[in-house]
Amino acid sequence: MTHPIQIILTRQLATYLSVPVFLVDPKGNLLFYNEPAETVLGRRFDETGVMPAEEWSSVFTVIDDGGEPVPPDDLPLMIALTRRRPAHSRFFIKGLDGTVRHLEVAAIPISGLQDEFLGAVAIFWEVAA
Amino acid sequence: MTRVTLFGTRGSVASPGPETAGYGGNTSTVEVCGSDGTLLVLDAGTGIRRLGQQVPRTMSRIDILLTHLHMDHIQGLGFFTPLYNPAIEVHIWGPSSSTLSLEARLSRYLSPPLFPVHLRDLPRLTCHQLPYTPFEIGPFRIRAALVCHPGPTVGYRIEAKEGVVTYLSDHEPALGLGNGRWPGKEWISGYDLAVDSDLLIHDSQYTDEQYKHCLGWGHSTYRHAFEFAAQVGAKEMVPFHHDPSHDDATLDRLFEDALRQSRPRFKVSQGREGAVFHVGAS
Repeated sequence: MTHPIQIILTRQLATYLSVPVFLVDPKGNLLFYNEPAETVLGRRFDETGVMPAEEWSSVFTVIDDGGEPVPPDDLPLMIALTRRRPAHSRFFIKGLDGTVRHLEVAAIPISGLQDEFLGAVAIFWEVAA
Repeated sequence: MTRVTLFGTRGSVASPGPETAGYGGNTSTVEVCGSDGTLLVLDAGTGIRRLGQQVPRTMSRIDILLTHLHMDHIQGLGFFTPLYNPAIEVHIWGPSSSTLSLEARLSRYLSPPLFPVHLRDLPRLTCHQLPYTPFEIGPFRIRAALVCHPGPTVGYRIEAKEGVVTYLSDHEPALGLGNGRWPGKEWISGYDLAVDSDLLIHDSQYTDEQYKHCLGWGHSTYRHAFEFAAQVGAKEMVPFHHDPSHDDATLDRLFEDALRQSRPRFKVSQGREGAVFHVGAS
């Protein structure tokens, strides 16, 4: 099944950006992340492939500024998915390579011309130490 | 048998003249006629004027399927004589935007000062926002989907028991193929519409050299069209939406070059105004 054009174009845009981008479908399945995101997450997309929401939201260890774990439902991308509104947060993430990075994350829902819900996209920004 | 006739094959702007007489100068219009006489018109470029003059007197309904509302795809609408004939129902299908209905968007052209007649004054016209689920007109099952082209633009897959016609007049599926490799089929714009088509009418506006300067403008090269047709397994492909700057000699050369370079396993027919294709003819 071909993805909606909005999702295809988002992926194409992501491949031309230097900011990390993470793209999911309406069910939360991870469809794609770009090369800059591979650095942040510590694994190449070719290695992880498509991943269900339960997997990607728990496979990366996320802790807040106070050192407390961030529940998966409070992640910006999960908020964009479940509440269908933009969300933003700052937290630490331990990638699959074991490196801890301090990130700002903004996520938005992707809605089509007729308000159909097509997925969500998150943009990461590594906070300077 | 489904009969498909090209009434306008040019892209961007009408380009009549002796140097373009072979392929034609009218902008996008294609007639699709069902085995029961059902008449679909794909796009309302300048080619629709002549199509309108040939509509049988007995015709009671015509459905116009617009891919998008760029001027070269609607410019002929006001000159389509069946629109003024109270004996004929005309239905226009097309994409809406996120804020304006199809009717409101079309009215920007079909109203003064751009045109003397208001859309609302046409006797038996109905505008339909395109559903993105399959719908039926006569013997045809039709599916529309948004494709890669600036602004809300769709392609059409038209299925009949005799076969499948796919119309992708303005389409840039190769946008973003930085390394020249096509992605998996689920990431190719228009794939589902065109897969296993008996007849694929596809954008082939640019040369490779032109495309370098027109990335993201929503059109394909001959090479892209050939590659897309191969990806989707089309049985026959018609290059379409010719660049207005390409005269007959240039289009002949582009066609021959593409055939030689691509060595397609499918049939390729030149997209000349007046060309007729019979889908389901054995």
